[in-house]
Amino acid sequence: MVSYLLKRLIATIPVMLVVAVFIFLLLRLTPGDPAAMIAGDYATEAQIAEIRENLGLDQSLASQFVIWIGNILQGDLGESYFFKKDVTELIAARIEPTLSLSIITIIFTVAIAVPMGVISAYKQGTWVDRVVMGFSVVGFSIPVFVIGFGLIYVFSLELGWFPVQGYQRLADGILPWLHHLILPALALSVIFVAFIARMTRTSVLEVLGEDYIRTARAKGQTENKVLVRHALRNAAVPIVTVIGFAFAILIGGVVVTESVFNIPGLGLLTVDAVLNRDFPTIQAVVLLFSFIYVLINLVIDLSYTILDPRIRY
Amino acid sequence: MATNVQSPGRETLRSLFHNPSVLIGGIILAIVVLMAVFAPFLGTIDPNQTSTSTRLKPPGYEGVMKVYTDEGRVKVPVVYRMGSDTLGRDVYSRVVYGARISLVVGVAVATIAIAFGMVIGLVAGYFRVLDSIIMRIMDGLMAIPAILLAIAVVSVFNAGLLSVIIAIVVPEVPRVVRLVRSIVLSIREEPYVEAAITAGTRVPTLLIRHVLPNTVAPLIVQGTFIVASAIIVEAILSFLGLGIPADEVPTWGNIMGAARENFQLHPHQILYPGMILAVTVLAVNMLGDGLRDTLDPRFSKRF
Repeated sequence: MVSYLLKRLIATIPVMLVVAVFIFLLLRLTPGDPAAMIAGDYATEAQIAEIRENLGLDQSLASQFVIWIGNILQGDLGESYFFKKDVTELIAARIEPTLSLSIITIIFTVAIAVPMGVISAYKQGTWVDRVVMGFSVVGFSIPVFVIGFGLIYVFSLELGWFPVQGYQRLADGILPWLHHLILPALALSVIFVAFIARMTRTSVLEVLGEDYIRTARAKGQTENKVLVRHALRNAAVPIVTVIGFAFAILIGGVVVTESVFNIPGLGLLTVDAVLNRDFPTIQAVVLLFSFIYVLINLVIDLSYTILDPRIRY
Repeated sequence: MATNVQSPGRETLRSLFHNPSVLIGGIILAIVVLMAVFAPFLGTIDPNQTSTSTRLKPPGYEGVMKVYTDEGRVKVPVVYRMGSDTLGRDVYSRVVYGARISLVVGVAVATIAIAFGMVIGLVAGYFRVLDSIIMRIMDGLMAIPAILLAIAVVSVFNAGLLSVIIAIVVPEVPRVVRLVRSIVLSIREEPYVEAAITAGTRVPTLLIRHVLPNTVAPLIVQGTFIVASAIIVEAILSFLGLGIPADEVPTWGNIMGAARENFQLHPHQILYPGMILAVTVLAVNMLGDGLRDTLDPRFSKRF
């Protein structure tokens, strides 16, 4: 187990290195002098030269990369051209809204998608199944910002149940926080639910044909227990795998949802950074999101041993 | 097995037309294509024509546009079927013309991504020396969430149609590479490929004649799904203001982006293009599901 863990950890290094090289080259090849952008419009030639030297921009591309990576590993993500602040500081201030939105979305998704998939598999071929499958095709096709505006239109503008936009810090109370997050989380979870309900259905359907399900029924186990304890438990590994893949969709969706609902998180920061060509911030956010994505999939890989004791590393 | 994958013959074509998802998806898509092609004849006006006197009007508003031409100011009567935006442009005309960009981006991205993905995938699957290097790079690219990668790429270029297409192609290529590579790896072991190698067939001939045909059916299916996701990503980029600028060409994404500020007063300017966008993507996805079930039974079990 420990040697497998080490092996997997080491295997993520080349992946993250490719990500870092790609992001570095992509944004370093852009036209424009970063030093001049940091210095601003009124800087003298000498000031720009000084900044260039401090940033190591006068050195070769390879040594620039080494300096950049070295700084990142020490927690220094550079200075934002636009916000004129440390990127690390900038990101830290934006984590809470994004993390809140993501967690509530995942709770919604699992609470809705897994029962949907299980019921759909259990009632295979009936109208319940067809409704669930239909929803999953439709849910996968409606872009998240269209769902978002649809929800705002119905629940905020017409019914007035929820605030139209904005975010309340968790420190200001859990209820206002939740009140502001329900609609965005719901909008974001639709595509996720579509994806996971479908996977849960397939996975449970496969398991329902197994001998041990028949055995469980034969010994008089109630249907609920058969479904939850025997079927779902054994179907868990592919479901969890797909939740891991779907995190990429979630991260992409966060950027869009935060823009629609005006939530000041990392997604909105990304959009602002791109609109203002704030390359250090773009680099940092892309790198951070990719790192989180790789990390989550690593954790999911390791969780297989808990979900399915037959899997041993 | 790979041998099940045939080029679409008459039998396959017939079962395609009997598949309800192919039929429904195909019909809806055909309507959208017709709308894009015949946009000038569908009661539209110039989608970029601004009119300061008729800004932000509700759907169905009948007014007069003051248009400045070479002969001076001309008054043009106009019916705003879906209302007008902040610059007095006709939202209906913009939505109809917007179909063009969505379709062009969808098809262009799928074609380019498959072309690159196929070549790289063939090389990776066939030449073992290059395989591990290529696949490490692909793994790295796939670790960056697709929309974020597209945003990063688009931030480097000046906004426009070409940069949007490139930005959406980059995250799609590794997925095509993976698919092609996995097919090549399984085909390599087939007796007829081994026989061809023994017979001294040169590598390019071998790849084109024996390996490539096996990738056609899965790539048609994959290509359809790429079209759907490219249409969504283009809309997202343009909606966020990072894609195609609204004053150049109308796209469903930038129409919605332009209507954001006034959403509370004029929600329909976002909801109409949003619905058409969703229906179009749904049609493409249904087509893809149907094609997968008929052309490529191996993958139909995946979901």
